[in-house]
Amino acid sequence: MPEHEQHPPASRPAPWRNPQVRAIAFQVIALAILAWAGYTIFQNTLHNMQERGIHTGFGFLGQPAGFGIIFSLIPYDETMSYGRTFLVGLLNTLLVSGIGIVLATIVGFIAGIARLSKNWLVSRIAAAYIEIFRNIPLLLQIFFWYFAVLRALPSPRQSMHLGDSVFLNNRGLYVPAPVSQPGMGLVWIALLIAIVAVIAVRFWARRRQLRTGQPFHTFWVGLAIVVGMPLVTFLATGRPISFDLPRLQGFNFSGGMGLIPEFVALLAALTIYTGTFIAETVRAGILSVRHGQTEAALSLGLPQGLVLRLVVIPQAMRVIIPPLTSQYLNLTKNSSLATAIGYPDLVAVFMGTTLNQTGKAVEIVAMTMAVYLAISLAISFVMNMYNRAVALKER
Amino acid sequence: MDAEPRAADLPPPITEVGVVGWLRANLFRSWTSSIVTLVLLYLLVRMLVPFLDWALVSADFVGTQSSDCSGQGACWVFIGQRIQFFIYGFYPSAEYWRVDICYALLALVLAPQFIPGVPMRVRKWLGIFGMTLFPVVSYVLIGGGWFGLQPIPSDKWGGLTLTLMLAFTGILASLPIGIVLALGRRSQMPVIRSLSVVFIEIWRGVPLISVLFMASVMLPIFLPEGVDFNKLLRALIGITLFWSAYMAEVVRGGLQAIPKGQYEAADALGLNYWKSMGLVILPQALKYVIPGVVNTFIALFKDTTLVLIIGLFDVLGTVQSTIIDPAWRNVATEGYLFAAFMFWIFCFGMSRYSQNLERRLHTGHQTR
Repeated sequence: MPEHEQHPPASRPAPWRNPQVRAIAFQVIALAILAWAGYTIFQNTLHNMQERGIHTGFGFLGQPAGFGIIFSLIPYDETMSYGRTFLVGLLNTLLVSGIGIVLATIVGFIAGIARLSKNWLVSRIAAAYIEIFRNIPLLLQIFFWYFAVLRALPSPRQSMHLGDSVFLNNRGLYVPAPVSQPGMGLVWIALLIAIVAVIAVRFWARRRQLRTGQPFHTFWVGLAIVVGMPLVTFLATGRPISFDLPRLQGFNFSGGMGLIPEFVALLAALTIYTGTFIAETVRAGILSVRHGQTEAALSLGLPQGLVLRLVVIPQAMRVIIPPLTSQYLNLTKNSSLATAIGYPDLVAVFMGTTLNQTGKAVEIVAMTMAVYLAISLAISFVMNMYNRAVALKER
Repeated sequence: MDAEPRAADLPPPITEVGVVGWLRANLFRSWTSSIVTLVLLYLLVRMLVPFLDWALVSADFVGTQSSDCSGQGACWVFIGQRIQFFIYGFYPSAEYWRVDICYALLALVLAPQFIPGVPMRVRKWLGIFGMTLFPVVSYVLIGGGWFGLQPIPSDKWGGLTLTLMLAFTGILASLPIGIVLALGRRSQMPVIRSLSVVFIEIWRGVPLISVLFMASVMLPIFLPEGVDFNKLLRALIGITLFWSAYMAEVVRGGLQAIPKGQYEAADALGLNYWKSMGLVILPQALKYVIPGVVNTFIALFKDTTLVLIIGLFDVLGTVQSTIIDPAWRNVATEGYLFAAFMFWIFCFGMSRYSQNLERRLHTGHQTR
């Protein structure tokens, strides 16, 4: 009878053949190795620092730095603390990356769209620009702009100039600085009101189009409001702005707004280099929108401009955003090459000069890396939010 | 019924074919297009003619010193005079033959990969030789110390040789580490997964220059006394760790693109983890990500220039240190153009090779 048959006891696999047991063992070993390595490094660090007489701690941030920085957004001089140099470097990094991101995006979108142009010459020139500058190291391009172009410019006395207001020489680029007079506040208020008005008009126009189907020229009306209202206020208050022109005094310029050559070189190289990568991203994004979409939009009777704005670009953006984010991150991180030509960014000022003077390697490297990590996370956070907004919403 | 013989077809209008047709279709399609074409042509001529005049027509090619250059055009004499320094760095000139053998071996490995008609087996074995024995042989030859070769310390290595060494070693080391990290990030084991994520995100979040600084300033503090690496090895460790994180993300993209059925099929066959990865998943995943992997190689190659900031002399470093030589006046542009050309050749070659490889390994996985 089957019921009486003796089944052999189910054989249990040996523990080392059980995947779950193995996984746990493997992870425990990994953690143990990590802990051992961490402990060894910690011990070595303590020992080596004792040997060299280095004390740890962030107390050095309060000590006077004693070195000058050629370019700073906030007031700074030698008597200020190392903490202040950290802030100066951080602001300089943010300045060059922020402007670089804007310029590289403009260059990249133009070059990417130009490469898809039906005009042979336009697409060839765009392709040549992309293929040449993408394949040359960024550092080499920075050196080229700095040492071969900007350093070879004439001295301040023989500056290249545009009228009496813009001067370019081997000390940098000098442009007039706007100085606001009393009454400028009203112009700013007018601009603010104009922006609010445009948002209201846009809201009303959309409501009306949904109700009646009548489109409204929001763009032109909006442009008129945003430009017109502050302009009228500006003229009515008697043009409350004056320009401080750069003047040659002795061997150098004073007045105006001076951009040091280090900044110009770094910005030019970052823009041109990152622009090529953004161009390729944009091209791939536009190509990813199927031709049927364009045809469908055209057959609905949309004009060419609206086809691009309402159908192609929104779909292309979904493909463009993630790689564009990483290009922005790359640009920010690449701005640290500033240290090679002496633009005082965070790495140059803090990881370079401050580290050499204080010898606080662990603290300074950790702080610098933490700043870059924070910037990276912040940019990815913002771009991810935008990405979620434009992502394909499947129902 | 005899129909009238059919007349011969008329040729297409002259404005639609041939040179005229091409011009109309591609350059003068519309009014705006024509204006853009003419403006661009004007600008191009305005820029290219002076450049070609400077670089070729008025340039000086022969001579031995600065005074042989007229100053009207480019001074290529400078490059000719310093080319050995740009290629070998401070390597003693009596020992150049050792580096030359390495270049010859490298050419032997690389050239057949580009020549159509070389059998696949030959390519494969040359590739394997290039990835295993070649680095060892080159290291022994260039470093010396064995077989009666005069030892030459690594601070004498430089120029293009150093650039290629950094790039080759970096590429060779970062790909396998990257694959392991990518597998770790996709692992079922929470500890392994989080360790991989943290490792990858930390390296990807910081600039390479700070990694190189860290490698040169902090490695000596981390290591026990008496253990010390030379500057080159420290830079290599920094470059490898940094780029392996990027490589891991590229490979992860490929792993995610493999349908779940492939993983399940490999499991159903009774393959263990490493076999199912090595025989089923990775061959498909890596094929997907060839463009990404090669892009990472190219980025790594370009970023080897950063080692000059920590005091190593790669191509750019040698150029940078010679253009400030007071014996030569204003040769910065020539020097940079030369260095740019060197990098451009390698990077452009790599990107073309990857397109070629993609086509060759194409087995219909792409929809287009």
